[in-house]
Parts: sequence; C-alpha cells; structure tokens
Amino acid sequence: MVDIQSKRTPPPVAERVPVIRWVRDNFFSSAWNTLLTILIVLILFKALPSFFEWGVLNAIWGAQDHTSCRSEGAGACWAVIAEKHRPMLFGLFPYNEHWRLIVALIIFVSVVCITLSRRFWNLKILAPLWITNLGICSLLMWGGLFGLEYVDTQQWGGLPLTMVLFTGTVVFGMPIAVLLALGRRSHMPGIKAICITFIECMRGVPLITILFVAVNVFPLFLPQGLEFDVMVRVMVGMAIFFACYQAEVIRGGLQAITRGQYEAAEALGLGYWQMMVRIILPQALRVCLPGIVNHIIAAFKNTSYVLIIGLFDILSATTAVMQDPLWRLFTIEAYLFVALIYFIFCFALSKYSQNVERWLDEGRR
Amino acid sequence: MAEQAHPPKTNRSILHSIAFRNIAYQLLLAAALIFLGWYLYYNINENLDRQNIATGWSFLNEPAGFDISESIIPFDSSQTFARIFAAGVLNTLHVAFVGIFLATLLGVTMGIARVSRNWLVSRLASAYVEICRNVPVVLHVIFWSSIIRLLPHPRQALEPFNGAFISNRGLMLPFPVDNALYPWLAFALILGIGGALIFARWARYRREHTGQYISVFWPSTSIIFGLPLVVWALGGAPLAWDYPELKGFNYQGGISLSPEYIALLIGITVYTGAFIAEIVRSGIESIHRGQIEASRALGLRHSFIMRYITIPQALRVIVPPTASQYLSLTKNSSLGVLIGYPDLVNIGNTSLNQTGQAVEAIAIMMLVYLSISLTISIFMNFYNKLVAIRER
Repeated sequence: MVDIQSKRTPPPVAERVPVIRWVRDNFFSSAWNTLLTILIVLILFKALPSFFEWGVLNAIWGAQDHTSCRSEGAGACWAVIAEKHRPMLFGLFPYNEHWRLIVALIIFVSVVCITLSRRFWNLKILAPLWITNLGICSLLMWGGLFGLEYVDTQQWGGLPLTMVLFTGTVVFGMPIAVLLALGRRSHMPGIKAICITFIECMRGVPLITILFVAVNVFPLFLPQGLEFDVMVRVMVGMAIFFACYQAEVIRGGLQAITRGQYEAAEALGLGYWQMMVRIILPQALRVCLPGIVNHIIAAFKNTSYVLIIGLFDILSATTAVMQDPLWRLFTIEAYLFVALIYFIFCFALSKYSQNVERWLDEGRR
Repeated sequence: MAEQAHPPKTNRSILHSIAFRNIAYQLLLAAALIFLGWYLYYNINENLDRQNIATGWSFLNEPAGFDISESIIPFDSSQTFARIFAAGVLNTLHVAFVGIFLATLLGVTMGIARVSRNWLVSRLASAYVEICRNVPVVLHVIFWSSIIRLLPHPRQALEPFNGAFISNRGLMLPFPVDNALYPWLAFALILGIGGALIFARWARYRREHTGQYISVFWPSTSIIFGLPLVVWALGGAPLAWDYPELKGFNYQGGISLSPEYIALLIGITVYTGAFIAEIVRSGIESIHRGQIEASRALGLRHSFIMRYITIPQALRVIVPPTASQYLSLTKNSSLGVLIGYPDLVNIGNTSLNQTGQAVEAIAIMMLVYLSISLTISIFMNFYNKLVAIRER
C-alpha cells in the first residue's frame, strides 16, 4: 500500500491566468453576462464622457468671480470651493484664528490614528495621550490662555464642531453603553427591566426627536437659573442615543463569552465589578469590535443631524454659506465636497473595521 | 464522611446576603428613578407656569391655523391639530412604505450584483454601496433636494416619455381615469393571489405524497396576472388616461409627486438600499459552497437549487438585519422636516412653535414612532419564526 500522507505534496503553483481567459471569465462567461457587459459598456460610453466634460474639462477651477461659472458651456464650478472653503470648514470662527483649528484637527486626527493601531492598545499609553490631546484641542478651540483670543462655543462651527460632537458622543456614550449592556444582562429583574425599556424606547424613536428634547424640553427640566450650553445638551442627547445602539452590540459580545469564564472568575473570588472589568469585558469588547466601529461610523454620520436644530457643523455651515445669491447655483459642487470629506473618514473607518475582523479571525485560528 | 461539615458559624449580618443586597440595589434604583421623575415633573410644572405655557392635550381640538403643502386626507388650516397630526402620520407612512419597497428592490438587485461573476457588474455595485453608505443620510436628502431645485421650470420640463414631466415642481405622471371597473380589478388581483397560494400548496402536497414535481412559477404568475386581465377585457377594456397638462405655471391632471416627496424618497431609498445590498451579499456568501456543489451532484436544476437550497438559507441571515433597516428607513423619513415635506416631525415641529407645548408635541412624535417600530418588529418576528429552521 502506498501511504499517500507520507508523500510530500509540492506546494501549489500559483496559477497564471492568461488575459484572454480572465476577460472571458469575468465578462463573457455566459450569454446573460455578455449581454450585461455590452449593456453596461454602452451606458458608460454614453454617460462617462459628458460627466468627465462637466467635472474636469469644462469645469472652472480657479477662484475668479461667479460670472465665469455662469458663462455658457461652463461645467462644474469648483471655484465655489476655492472661494468658500473657509466658512464651510470653520463656520463662524474668527477668520484670523483659523490656523488654531487646523493645528487642532491635525493633532486630533493623528491621535485617532495612533489609537486605532494595535501596537498602542495599552491604557498606560492611550489614557495620557487622550488627556493631552483633548487638553490641547480645547485650548486651541477656546483660547483665552497664552495670549490666544477667547472664542465662545457660539462661534464654533464647521469640521471642528463635527469632530467635537463626534468625540463627545463616543467618549460619553461608550461608558453608558457598557453599563446599559451589563444592566440588560443582569440577574436582577428590576435593573434588567429598566435597561430593556430604556434601550428599546430610545431605539424606537428617530434621533431628531431626541435632539428636540435636548433643545426644547431639557431646559424645562432644570430648576430656574440653571442652564447648560446647547452644544452640551445636544452632545448628551446624541451620546445616549449612540449608547443604546452600542449597548446591543456589546450585549452580543457578552453573550459570546462562555459560562466557564464567569465561573472561573467567581471561583477566584472576584466580585462582580472585578470580574466584569478584568475578565469578561476585555474579551467581550474584542469580540464585538467590528460592530462597535460600525456604530462609531454611524455616530460620525449622525452628527450631521444638528443641521435641523441650528448648530453649525460642516454640513449646516455649507448650507448657510450657500445661501449667498451669487454662488447659489453651485450648491451641488459644495455638497459634493462635503460628501467627499464624510466619505474619506467613514470609508477609512469601515476598511479599518474589516481589518479588525481579520485580526480577530487570525487569533481564533 | 459521616460528620458533614456545617458551614462555619460566623456573625454574618443580613447585609452580606446576596439576595438581600440584590433587592436593596433594585429598591435603591427604583427610589432614585421615582425621585428623579418627581423632581423633573415638579420643575417642568414650575417652569411652564412661569412662562405661561398651557399644558395638557386640549390644544388638539383647536384649529391648527397653518396649512400643509400635501396631504392624503383633505386638510385646511381651520381644522384641528388632531387632524393635522393624523395627516402627518399618513404622510410619514406613505413615504416610508414606498421607500421600503423601493429600497428592498434596489438593495436586493445591488446585493446580487455584488456577487455577480461579471467583473463590471460587481465593481459598479460595490462602488454604489461604498459611496452611498459612507455619506450621511442627511446629506443625501439635501443633495437630492438641491438637484431638484436646479431642474428646469415647468414650461421647459423634461419629458422622458409621453405624458411624464420632470421639473422643479416635481414629477407629473399620467394616471388612469377613474372607472367603475377598477375596484373589481383589485378584487380579481386579490383572488388571483389567493388562487396562486392554494395552487402552490396543492403542488407541494402532491410533491410530498407522490414525488411528482410540478412547476409553480408559471401557473401562479398566469393566475395572478391573468385573472385581472380577463376581468379588464370582459369589462370593456377601458383605456382612458388622464394626462398632466401645462396650465398657467404648473401642471394639472394626472398624478403629481412633489419635489420634497421625491427628494426625501430618493435620499432615504438610496441610502438604505446600500445597507440592504450589503446584507443581501453577506446572506448569499454565508451559504457554504458545499451546499451548492452537493445539490449539483444530486442533479438538481439551477432554478430548483436557487428556490429550495440557496434562498431559504440566505433569508435566515438576511431577514433580521433587513427588518432593522426598514425601521431605520422609517425613522429617517423624519428628515422631511429639513426640506419641507409635511411628515409627522415637520408638523410636530411647526405645532411646537405655534403653541409652545413642546412636551406634548414631542411626546406625540415619539409615541407614534415607537408604535410604528413595535408594529414592524412584531411583524418581522412573526416572519422570522416562519423562515426559521424547523428542527426535528
């Protein structure tokens, strides 16, 4: 008998696919596919050139005045971005202080990038890093120290405000989410019922209604004389909304932890909080990290809802800027620019989320 | 061992008992919540008194005093707040239902296209998914709204096919002239669907008992569409259409869809469609290759594999997240307030500003959305049970 196992099988040779076969497999594998390919190529041939002409060839790039954009045969008016990008990106912030926002954004985004890479996942690095980051960014935004001009939150706007709302939502929201998820998994029926009701009610209503509560109803709840900044109220509303969705994701992670882990922790004599913080949560949060990142992306997109209640994030600032009668016809170009900013941020995060999924798979193998 | 060790007697107080502690924690939380509720209620009454704002629901019976641009039920500004809220709910449901239908269509098409073996098709579909789901839905809605605003005036309206007009006043379509026969057509359609269901059940019964396979698709399609067609032909085949015509500054006749409605509909459909496409793709990819190969090895036909192997398994993965997408589409329809579509939130917001009764107006909005969400999730749970694996 020949022992098949004992024969060393040579490693598989990478198959070299000839171009013709690749084309046949990918475009003409069946009659139906051939038809689809021809149809799509026809449509692209009709649509792409005119789109290219509009967006590139006939587009007005330079920052001349609006008349050149209105001339006959002019394509996209990218000049509107050259002309208006300052108020779009930075809102009502004093013009001469915009450099502060640029510095703050660069610092903030680099800290986010550091946080996302696996090498720095260590509380001893991340905690001081974030405290310094938030300190420097608030100093740059508010000013009032070291000779920087003081800027009230009323004047905050544009991309920095989007980032502030986003950071606030995630930073306040995550701890609430963990507490709600633990509450929902609690053995105490009273706490469980309260958490379930709260989560389900919040998930059943649109974000707008919660923002309306934050703006219109919340001041009525407070005793006379006590007031909170509208930005803080909105941030808290968004954080609670975010927390209720995130709690469901974390609950999924908690459910994935086997009973043995709980029993082992209890056998070691750990109390409830020690068990959760040291044993269960680190594992549970790892398992559901892709889901957590997805909801963080959603939180970033949801900051655009503040348009309805009149805070000037990047989208509302753009909408306000585009009321200018001279440039009004070129709103589409301005919105495409804003869409690109959102896209870059969200796309990068979603690619990151896919990477995380791959790391987790590696760990499991 | 004979001498069973008794637990050592210590001076344990009741404070160390877990059962007691659990009850104590829950009572403490309940007490804190009740106190918080009372405190907020007290403050709110105090504040409303001071600002001279009325409380209670009596404003619902007063005339609204403002008009809305479109409504399914007839409405004018002398009618009550209760009626304008009802009109808002109907508008919300209208755009949400049509949106759910179109988003499902778009999402399923794009999801299947993403796993297509045709390179062009799958790349185009992933471009759509990536672009649309990474841009906020608020931006989608405003974007489409401003595109519609840039369309030509009604006098220079685009006419993609005879009788349909696209302008910055919205979309005008021809509509069949009302005829006494049409209710009967609807009846025939329902009858046809019922007949097709009975036929499918019979075919299944026969297959299970005799092993004979009867194709269900073509007979049921012909029953569903044939019956109304026969009724229509017997009723004299009425063919009159009401075409929109330019009168003065806008079109009359046919049906018209307002620009706000179209912008909101396209915005939420395109956004949710991208998410549904992702769900459908992951559903299809969740099916193990071995399942398909095994079916082929058994000599099953392609359509049979799709119908009895692929789709039932994929649906189990697809349905639950799709249901939550339907819910979020319904909630996103509240963006009508941004572009002036008179949905529930828009009307609630206007009423809030008119009466100052913020608490009541917001409570109405939240309760309506909560009940819509609850209804959809009950319906979806029921469907989920229907397609769940029946283990023996």
